[in-house]
Amino acid sequence: MRETFTQLTYLVASILFILGLRSLTKPDSARRGMQYAAVGMLLAIIGTLVQHEIVRYDWIAGGLILGTIIGIPMGTRVPMTAMPQRIAISHMFGALAATLVGVAEYWLHGADLGTAKMAAVGFEVLFGALTVTGSFMAFGKLQGIVTGRSVTYKGQNTVNITLFGVTVLMFVYLIVNPGNAIVFYSMIGLALMIGVFMVLPIGGADMPVVISLLNSYAGLASAATGFAIGNNVLIIAGALDGASGFILSIVMSKAMNRSFNNVIFGAFGAAPVVSTKTATGLSVRSISAEDAAIQLAYAKLVIVVPGYGMAVAQAQHQVRELAELIEKKGGEVKYAIHPVAGRMPGHMNVLLAEANVPYDRLYDMDEINGEFERADVALVIGANDVVNPAARNDKTSPIYGMPILNADKAQNIIVLKRSMNPGFAGIENELFYNDKTSLLFGDAKTSLSKLVAEMKTV
Amino acid sequence: MNVTSFMQLYVFMLAAFVGYQIITRVPPLLHTPLMSATNAISAISLVGSLVAAGSDRGPVSTWLGVIAVTAATINVVGGFIITDRMLKMFRHDPTPAPKEAPKATDAAKEPGAR
Repeated sequence: MRETFTQLTYLVASILFILGLRSLTKPDSARRGMQYAAVGMLLAIIGTLVQHEIVRYDWIAGGLILGTIIGIPMGTRVPMTAMPQRIAISHMFGALAATLVGVAEYWLHGADLGTAKMAAVGFEVLFGALTVTGSFMAFGKLQGIVTGRSVTYKGQNTVNITLFGVTVLMFVYLIVNPGNAIVFYSMIGLALMIGVFMVLPIGGADMPVVISLLNSYAGLASAATGFAIGNNVLIIAGALDGASGFILSIVMSKAMNRSFNNVIFGAFGAAPVVSTKTATGLSVRSISAEDAAIQLAYAKLVIVVPGYGMAVAQAQHQVRELAELIEKKGGEVKYAIHPVAGRMPGHMNVLLAEANVPYDRLYDMDEINGEFERADVALVIGANDVVNPAARNDKTSPIYGMPILNADKAQNIIVLKRSMNPGFAGIENELFYNDKTSLLFGDAKTSLSKLVAEMKTV
Repeated sequence: MNVTSFMQLYVFMLAAFVGYQIITRVPPLLHTPLMSATNAISAISLVGSLVAAGSDRGPVSTWLGVIAVTAATINVVGGFIITDRMLKMFRHDPTPAPKEAPKATDAAKEPGAR
């Protein structure tokens, strides 16, 4: 009877999870759908707590209370700009839970685990452990604890591949001989090392791919937990998470025109490419806030291209204020969002939504690229590589082939820029030397505030 | 491999397929909430942690279980809250839809004031 109840709650939870994710296909239904998913989670927890197997509640209560105390501020306090590292650390928690459950299974059953179970437990701790350290490294890089630049050394790929090969061999050995505890724990140790070494060479601009990949791994570890302990709701939720992370990594890789291998082994951005354009004597045209404001005031269509620089400067609210003033003057404002603007998939959309920009003004690259020709002004705020025409026409450029926003097609381009330093990829941007481009130097927030003030007097 | 293992594989394959179909339809606009949502959902591994922590199978299992319960609970609680917080921010243009009823503090900043 109790067992039936438990299984029923799992079934309902699975359905609510799938419906919750489906609701995310539309912004209007998304919130309600995810609230239902949360109800599903609650049901599954209750269904588990009434099981016969659970005989003591004191320790469980301790864990639940402690987790809630830590979880609430992680949900309510973390600012939207810190979302990438927030997600990275939560991948770590998820993977940690999966790994520990796997270790507990092995500790209890060890040699008695059959081939299938051992494969599941092995997979669980392998992917779990490397996600734990990998996510922690990603968190460290995004938070600035560890250097954001890629860290490379000679023979790095050889070391990583060897390490991975040895770990896989141990995994295979364990499936045949589940009883060998030394191999089991050594495998976890090596998997923890792989996580560190895997993320170490990856630079800040590649973080969206890595976070998505770790998301996928964390999901697969959860699914493996389901296999190990024979629980279908875990398998389903893990498969959904794994699929989601996998799709997002592909989307992100495509947006950078890079393959997985290239991201993992390429060590992008290790050595900044020396600027060639400035050396040939090209110069840039700078513009005053006053003149820029006049251009914006008389524009019919302004396309804003926000980049990570805008997020760093926390200038979202000023952008929205400026957009409102342009609209008051009769202009139209659209936002062009590159898939890798920001440090995780969709990050820029969240930042702008937080600043009260209506979501129907936010356009994906494919939707907006045809409209730049019609735009009177493209306002580029703290974006660089995603508007670099070199991606289209310079075969020697490291970003050649990456899909970009066609900001250079606009009638006029105003670039808000802190200085002439190249972007994250360390590449010179010929857009800045375009005849139609004028640069407004300064901190994005300060420049925008000036523009807002000027707009009010125009 | 026994029958149960195969049934589990079927479940996994079907769920992955459903997941793939649904998630390819999620617009880039909502990719960040999607990631935090799937993260919260996969914290269902809490269910496995609860069994490890509460079935009294020796101190090692209990301790590993308790740590796992804590970690998974952080993701359940934090994950659903932050997903909701994000989704709450996505709103229509230009007049705020009455059904969404933004909070008073947000309403003051609304572009719809015009």
